[in-house]
Amino acid sequence: MIAQRAGTTALRRVAGKPNAFFTANVSRLGRTQTLSTTQTRLVATQKLTADDETALLAKQRLHRPVSPHLDVYDKQQTWFGGSIWMRFTGAAFSGSLYTFSAAYLVAPLAGWHLESASLAAAFGALPFVAKGALKFLAAWPFAFHAVNGVRHLLFDYGVGFGRRTIVKTGWYVWGASMVGGLYLAFFL
Amino acid sequence: MASLRSSASLLLSAASRPALRAAAVAPAAVRGMAQVTDGQQQNQMASGDQAKLKTFQIYRWNPDTPTEKPRMQSYTLDLNKTGPMVLDALIRIKNELDPTLTFRRSCREGICGSCAMNINGTNTLACLCRIPAEDMAEMKIYPLPHTYVVKDLVPDLTQFYKQYKSIKPYLQRDTPAPDGREYRQTKADRKKLDGLYECILCACCSTSCPSYWWNSEEYLGPAILLQSYRWLADSRDEKTAERRDALNNSMSLYRCHTILNCTRTCPKGLNPGLAIAQIKKEMAF
Repeated sequence: MIAQRAGTTALRRVAGKPNAFFTANVSRLGRTQTLSTTQTRLVATQKLTADDETALLAKQRLHRPVSPHLDVYDKQQTWFGGSIWMRFTGAAFSGSLYTFSAAYLVAPLAGWHLESASLAAAFGALPFVAKGALKFLAAWPFAFHAVNGVRHLLFDYGVGFGRRTIVKTGWYVWGASMVGGLYLAFFL
Repeated sequence: MASLRSSASLLLSAASRPALRAAAVAPAAVRGMAQVTDGQQQNQMASGDQAKLKTFQIYRWNPDTPTEKPRMQSYTLDLNKTGPMVLDALIRIKNELDPTLTFRRSCREGICGSCAMNINGTNTLACLCRIPAEDMAEMKIYPLPHTYVVKDLVPDLTQFYKQYKSIKPYLQRDTPAPDGREYRQTKADRKKLDGLYECILCACCSTSCPSYWWNSEEYLGPAILLQSYRWLADSRDEKTAERRDALNNSMSLYRCHTILNCTRTCPKGLNPGLAIAQIKKEMAF
């Protein structure tokens, strides 16, 4: 619409009226003999039928961009929220369960050695730090899923929905899962 | 107006009498109305201080040139000459720097919900959001996240309003009132609606919800579910069972994964997350 308005004003300028504002006001002054207090706008409106309007709206809607979301929303809420990491850790565990089970099934055919004894022997040969790091890789998601699971159970009872409580318990879950993961990895 | 007129006529008629003129001017000075001279004086005082420049990065997109990509445009304002809220800054940008900047606004006091937008990463009402004056960091202003943009900061909320209509947000009753006049409820029942009826449907919470971003066709979103609970919790409503039935599917309600961005962002301090939890609880037991 605005493009059309801009078009009409441009046309008027090209048409060679030296001062449209002035002339419009003079004619009005001559007619009414009083100073008008209403604003004069040099825009043209266009009469549209209902069908035209719908067509125009449909055309505009085709081109509308989606406003930015994940990129601009508060990182602390979208990327470090308990809910999404609950999903990540859960998916990681079920994913690795399926992967390992399938590999265990294929192992005799492919000639892999995935028996407990050989896995334990391979793990035992690693240095202490590597052992701890590998264990932490499994222990932290487990601790997070467990602790945050309790938080979600409380949510289901309608507990812990205060604004500050949400933020606080969110950080507690991160802290507790770190401590728990480190304990499981290095002290067990 | 009457007092103004009388003092003006006094001034005109008694210009030669200094005593009377002083008496006439005095009450005008007491009047608390804003005057043009006051503003000018303030502006002069402000420009005498150190200018507090703040840059606002604002999302721009023009439907008249749809092939152009959305871009960020920055505007710098002196905070000494700007009101305290983000909406004041936006209005000042529109008035003084760039009249093509487009945004919705109406009441400027957080009751209409028009100026909902994403400011510095969280959704809020521009009229209730203070410009942080302590640091001079840039402010980033986007339209509500994951909405279709009509122009600049104006999102298309058609779907949101359709969803609101779909939950039948009105009292549904078959039985007439016992006294034939009005539907009464106890104070305790009325108290259940506190924290629900205040919602102004600004869509801040719904558009803060990642689940609503990905599933807005079918998931109702926090704002509409809070409204839904407002009618479920109303003791005067008689269609509670039907309302629950309408929500009892995998999408409408249960796409809520208690992410709780909604509660953290609500500019009115309401708790959509809790309302949804209450609905889930009532549906379960």
